[in-house]
Amino acid sequence: MVPFAGWDMPVEYSGLSQEHLAVRTRAGLFDVTHMGQVELAGKDAVAAVQWISSNDAARLKIGQAHYSGLTTPAGTFVDDMLVYRFGEDHFLLVINASNVEKDVAWIAEQTRRFDVAAVDTSARYALIALQGPLARQVMQRLSNVDLAAIKYYWFAHGEIAGVRGTLSRTGYTGEDGYEVFVPPQQAVRVWDAILDAGRDEDVIPAGLGARDTLRLEAAMRLYGNDIDDTTTVLDADLEWIIGWNKGEFLGRQALADQKARGVARRIVGFEMKDRAIARHGYPVIIDGAEAGRVTSGTQTPFLKKAIGMAYVPAARAVPGMEFDVEIRGRLARATIVPLPFYKRPRG
Amino acid sequence: MYPADCQYTKDHEWIKVTGDAGQVGITDYAQKQLGDVVYLDLPQVGRTLKVGESFGTVESVKAVSELYSPVAGVVKAVNSALAEKPERVNSDPHASWMIEVTLASPGDLDALMSAEQYSDLVK
Repeated sequence: MVPFAGWDMPVEYSGLSQEHLAVRTRAGLFDVTHMGQVELAGKDAVAAVQWISSNDAARLKIGQAHYSGLTTPAGTFVDDMLVYRFGEDHFLLVINASNVEKDVAWIAEQTRRFDVAAVDTSARYALIALQGPLARQVMQRLSNVDLAAIKYYWFAHGEIAGVRGTLSRTGYTGEDGYEVFVPPQQAVRVWDAILDAGRDEDVIPAGLGARDTLRLEAAMRLYGNDIDDTTTVLDADLEWIIGWNKGEFLGRQALADQKARGVARRIVGFEMKDRAIARHGYPVIIDGAEAGRVTSGTQTPFLKKAIGMAYVPAARAVPGMEFDVEIRGRLARATIVPLPFYKRPRG
Repeated sequence: MYPADCQYTKDHEWIKVTGDAGQVGITDYAQKQLGDVVYLDLPQVGRTLKVGESFGTVESVKAVSELYSPVAGVVKAVNSALAEKPERVNSDPHASWMIEVTLASPGDLDALMSAEQYSDLVK
């Protein structure tokens, strides 16, 4: 167990690699209750979310979710988040555990001029994620909701293991799967029921360690590593979460200026050519000088390669180009590859 | 569990002494803490080591850790076959020697733990 944003979190249960492989080949169960929730409701809820979030929330139907940035006026990240549209004028934001206090204060400040209530509802939800190709068949045994009818990045309210909750077809692993919001008092019951239901499929619990290696294979950004309040949405190569056509929002002007000018640096994926793992914070060396930093890096249990993400000068952010990473005083060679590293087979 | 013919450090290395030299590896407890070992970075033959000096690194998916020499001496041999198959550190840690050190002063061994003492430490 390790302390994480005020929670005691298991890095691993049976072992990081086997948990990772379980998610890629069967299914793994994650307790991600530490994630924070903020709800915005009221007459101006759409306008308020549109102002604080980079993506275009007006395009969300009720029952739909999307990934977005909680952006600063500079177009950088206060946090990244999933935005759920619960109702016409009711949204739920899922934010990072380590940022809850900061985000809640930020959102309160930035939505002051709107007719909206923004409430930290983190304590109302436990969040349990079943991820992997067998997630649906296992979970369906416990729910009367037709899970196949929930499309990717949509959700439904209903029962899971006799507990009323919200079932969302989302995740942070690159696999198909579901995240379920249930009352904390019922969380253990739901957790145990899913493990029981998945006994024949050998569904196992998976910890923070596997969550990190899985999301990295899928090239999902991690706040604090790959993105933060010094990296813009464009630096992070996430232009698809910018709602250019929705009107004003925090950071719009800065991002539009940056797009017109061209980004100076961009995040890339890389594979190590030399036998070494480039980890978070290691310097990227190009032409003998530091040209950026590795933001995430690991040896992936599924692809069995040392991979990572790094910021490099935009002119060098081209697949096939190489750079060095300084690893404990030595240089190791890396090649830029397209992201994501892993894409699940779609059936 | 922990071989009685080895001696142990609090940093979870073992040393198995034969004559004037000892083979060094990491314990079963250490490999379990590390998880899947993917790289080993070992020194050159001939390097002089002090007690507790780092002689290389062992890297798992989770983390990179320093390897510390239990004794002072000179690196006599390096197990380069193990560096090619680092997963053996997980499957058979007490047979996976990493370096062999010619002891500069056998008295260094007196400061190390027996198998029994080490078992108590990690229990």
